[in-house]
Parts: sequence; C-alpha cells; structure tokens
Amino acid sequence: MTVGIVAGIGGFFALLLIIAESKLMNYGECTITINDKKKITEKGGSSLLTTLNNNKIFLSSACGGRGSCGFCKCKILKGGGPLLPTELPFLDEREKKDMVRLACQVKVKEDISIEIPEDIFAIQEFAGKVTSIKDMTYDIKELTIELTMPKEIEFKAGQYVQFVAPRYEKSRQSVTRAYSISSNPDHIKFIELIVRKVPDGLCTTYIHDYLKEGDTVNFTGPFGDFLIQDTHKDMIFIAGGSGKAPIKSMLEYLKAHKSKRKMTYLFGARTEKDLYHVELMKKLEDDLEHFEFVPILSKPDEGSKWSGKTGYIMPFLKEFIGKPENTEAYLCGSPGMIDAVIKELHNLKISEEQIFFDPFS
Amino acid sequence: MELNVFILFMAAIFTSNILLTNFLGMCSYLSVSRQIESSLGLGFAVFFVMTCTTALNYVVYYFVLVPLDIVYLQYIIFIIVIAAFVQLIEMVIERLSPVLYYSLGIFLPLITVNCAILGVSLFMVIRNYSFIQSVTFGAGSGIGWLLAILALAGIRQKVNDTFVPAGLRGAGLSLIITGIMALGFIGFSGIAVIQ
Ligand SMILES: Cc1cc2nc3c(=O)[nH]c(=O)nc-3n(C[C@H](O)[C@H](O)[C@H](O)COP(=O)(O)OP(=O)(O)OC[C@H]3O[C@@H](n4cnc5c(N)ncnc54)[C@H](O)[C@@H]3O)c2cc1C
Ligand code: FES
Repeated sequence: MTVGIVAGIGGFFALLLIIAESKLMNYGECTITINDKKKITEKGGSSLLTTLNNNKIFLSSACGGRGSCGFCKCKILKGGGPLLPTELPFLDEREKKDMVRLACQVKVKEDISIEIPEDIFAIQEFAGKVTSIKDMTYDIKELTIELTMPKEIEFKAGQYVQFVAPRYEKSRQSVTRAYSISSNPDHIKFIELIVRKVPDGLCTTYIHDYLKEGDTVNFTGPFGDFLIQDTHKDMIFIAGGSGKAPIKSMLEYLKAHKSKRKMTYLFGARTEKDLYHVELMKKLEDDLEHFEFVPILSKPDEGSKWSGKTGYIMPFLKEFIGKPENTEAYLCGSPGMIDAVIKELHNLKISEEQIFFDPFS
Repeated sequence: MELNVFILFMAAIFTSNILLTNFLGMCSYLSVSRQIESSLGLGFAVFFVMTCTTALNYVVYYFVLVPLDIVYLQYIIFIIVIAAFVQLIEMVIERLSPVLYYSLGIFLPLITVNCAILGVSLFMVIRNYSFIQSVTFGAGSGIGWLLAILALAGIRQKVNDTFVPAGLRGAGLSLIITGIMALGFIGFSGIAVIQ
C-alpha cells in the first residue's frame, strides 16, 4: 500500500513533467549557420556542443560538456541568449567582446549563427587497432594505433585526440580524455600516444591495465592549437613525463623537414627511472643540425652514476636562452609546472606572444 | 495560541532566521555567496520556491496524507513535491522569460537539494500552522534566507579586498562570519518567539 501510494504520487508528478516538457520545451527546428556557409537544422533544446556533435562537428571538449574545462569555445554571432555566469570564469575581456561562448553551456532554442576555425571540419571520429603497447617507464606507456576507419588522419605536430575509454570493471561509464599525438604527422596511417598512469584515473587505468594489443579503440580529433610557429626563431621545449608526447611529434616533424632552427629540449624528471626515449633523443641530436637534449633530474637516486644536470629546470633556463627576443618557448605538462616555467620565462624577458603551451588539465 | 501572521512573518525573517538560527541550507549559502548578484539571484529563487512549495506541501499534507493516514511518508512526499515543482518552474521560466531564466534559472537546480526548503515544510507540520500561517512562514523564511546570503556576499566582497591569512581564506572565514552574523541575529531574539 505504502509503495503504491509513493509510486502513485511519484508517477503523477513524472507524468506532469513529461507533459510539461513536451509542451514547453518544444523549440521546433532550429538552424545553425556555421561560418556563413554550412547550415544544419536540428530539433532545438539541446546544448550547442551536443547539436554540433550530432552533426559530426566536434568542438574540443576535455570535460565532456560539464562547463569545467573551457575548451569548447566558439564565436556566436547571432542567437544563443545572454552570457551565463557559468561561462564567465573561462572568458577574458577580449573574448567577451568578440562574442566567444562555451558551446556546452549555450542551448539551441532559436536560429543561431556561429563561427569556428575551418580546421574543425577536419575533426572526425576514428576507429583504430592497437598494434603495440610498450612500457616506457614504470608509469608511462606508449601506444601505437593503426587507423581502420577512416584509414588516414591529417594532423599537425602538437595536436591531440580525444580518446574514448569504454565502460569497464572500474568505470561505470565510458569516459573521454585528451592525449597528445606523439608521432610524426607525416605518418598518416597510425598515431602514437604516450600515456602516464594517474592513480585511480579512469582512462589511464583502462589504458594501462585493461587495454591489450589487437583491441579496437575509438577517438575523435585532431584538436588543439599548440603548434610549431612558422618563424626562424630559436626553440626551447620544456616538458617532463608524458608532456614529451607533442614535443616528440614536433621534433620528428622538424627532423623530417630538415629544420635548421636552433632547438633545445629540457626534460625535467625526478630520477633516472623517469627518463625514457633517451636513445631516440640522442639520435635526433645526430640528425638535426642544431638540436640539444638536456635531461635534468630533480632527485637522482642515491649512489646513481648520474653525471648530468640536477635540480629543478627553472635555474637552467637562462643558460639555454641566447636572445630572448629571438626565442620561442614550447611547454607541455601539468598546469603547475607550466605556470612556474612561464613566470621564469617572463623574468628572462621572453614575452607572452613567444610562449606556447598545452596544460594537461 | 493563534499566532499573528505579521509577527510570524517578522520572526521568520529575523528572530528565527532559518539559516542563522537553524543552520539549514548552508551548502548553497556558502558556495554561491562570492558575488552579490549571484547570491541575490539564488536568494530570490529560494524565496519563491520556499513560499510556493510550503503552500503546495500544505495542500498535499492535509488533503492527501492525513486523510489516507500516511503522514509518516511526509519526508519522501515533500521531497518529491519540491523536486517536481522546481523542475516545472525551471521549464516555465525558461520558456516564458529567458531573461529571468538566465539570472535565476541556473540556481533552480541547486534549490532542489536545499534543506531549508524541506525544513520549512516540516516545521509547518510540527508547529500546526494554518494555511495562511504556513505561506507567511514560508515567505518570511525565504526573505530571511535571502537576507542572510546577501549579507554574507556583501561582507565577503569587502573582505576580498583586505588581507586575510592564507589558511582562513574561503570557507573558513565564511563560517566565522556566519557565526558572528548568527550572534548578531540573537540580538533580535525575545522580540518574538515562534517555536
Ligand atoms: C590538451 C591535453 C593533452 C593531454 N595529453 C596527454 C598526454 O599526451 N599524455 C597523458 O598522459 N595525459 C595527457 N593529458 C591528460 C589526460 O587528458 C587526462 O587528464 C589524464 O590522463 C587523467 O585521466 P584519467 O581518466 O586517468 O584520470 P581521471 O579519472 O580524470 O582523474 C582521476 C583523479 O586524478 C586527478 N588527476 C587528473 N589528471 C591528473 C594528472 N595529470 N596528475 C595527477 N592527478 C591527476 C583528477 O583530479 C582526479 O582526482 C592531456 C590533457 C589535455 C587537456
Ligand atoms: S566542454 Fe568543457 S567547458 Fe564546455
């Protein structure tokens, strides 16, 4: 009897809500005009991000639409309603003036006109077969994924993909996480990823402990604007751990295109156990005319034969920066490390416009 | 004793402020009190939902639960009523007044889990209020809650510009401020008692 009454009252309200939803939330068909040329028409009511996704236009979204990463930015020229408080923390003054919004927070309720970078149309869904999983260190693995659907990918060095980890024993839902492509963009039939295990991390535990060679994986991409700048300036790369991924891709690209720019890669790690791809970097030093790889250990094991540099990266930066006005810095890794390095680079008179970075947040 | 509705209204706002004397609805009070505008938005939403759901719950309690002799289900039924009402109102506002929705709408989901709203409905039953008294109590408590969050937001905005030791910043200081505000409100007690 009790159950019946509760269910009855609950059911009554549920019915009321369903009726209200079908009457009130019906926005009819809405048209989204993209870059003044492409038009898509969809039933209104969902977020702009979801509507675009449904039409195979993939804005980057590291948080999956929760409004916490600030990646899904796009310009909304017409429609979309006023700016929401949830968007404010992610937009600076210039973006606000330029009508930049977070696509996951904007609901499609009317015809909307938006502007997105042209290369977003290149973003696709991919399926691939894992052909190798190699241990780089105790907590870093390198995956090679051969593309099966479609069979080729076009990307630029420094870009990343959104990897989909399916539901598995330790995760009740499928999760999507960003991973930088570590292979040379000239190879279009496969991609490589370097993944560091985050304790209890949903996606990295899947990749490290459950994914096997031969498995099929899905991802979308390529995303990101952490790219090699088309100048002749000296380049200084700073990245530890799995932050090496986009840097490796850039270096291999620069090697393949016989770059003559002066390049230095400072790799920060704790102990010798955290170093990897050292041979590959040595080989790059031979192949590239002006490249130097400098591993710096903050806490070498006691009694180790380490003869290289020790300490944190910051004090060594000065040594490798010739002319600050002629130097570009490329940083990748945790937001904490990036903030600290940027501060030091500012001290060394490297201006904001010459610093490029991808925080793994 | 028949309680004068004006006294009940004033008491709900000041002497028995739902937040500062009963400490109900603390989580959204602490998390949304960084800026005056957003706390005003949430405060209004709480006031509105509190007034309406108290009236609705009164009707449901005395016209459904009492006749069916299932008053022990009041907790679950009150929660269902509040949740459904909030959802419905969200849809209505989103449709009818986009401007109001954008200033108020995002706070509405927060209210479903605001225990002050449920608390007012439960007090109404325990204290045997009539319909008019219940609605007055709901509205007064809503205004009281709005007053409290607005005061905290104002103080926090001022405090932002002053030096605060690192360990006290954020929730720590907000709780201390709340404690002092509660002490301040004790000063009103004795003017009217509605327990
Ligand atoms: C543009 C971009 C590129 C990226 N490229 C790479 C890459 O090439 N290689 C790579 O390994 N990662 C990369 N990341 C990070 C990656 O997307 C995930 O955030 C990370 O792998 C953790 O995912 P997870 O699902 O395992 O952990 P989650 O389940 O998301 O997190 C579990 C817990 O760990 C915390 N946490 C999340 N990330 C870290 C971290 N890095 N260190 C410590 N604690 C953390 C979370 O706060 C949470 O409490 C990149 C991120 C971005 C935004
Ligand atoms: S997808 Fe992360 S903020 Fe929109």
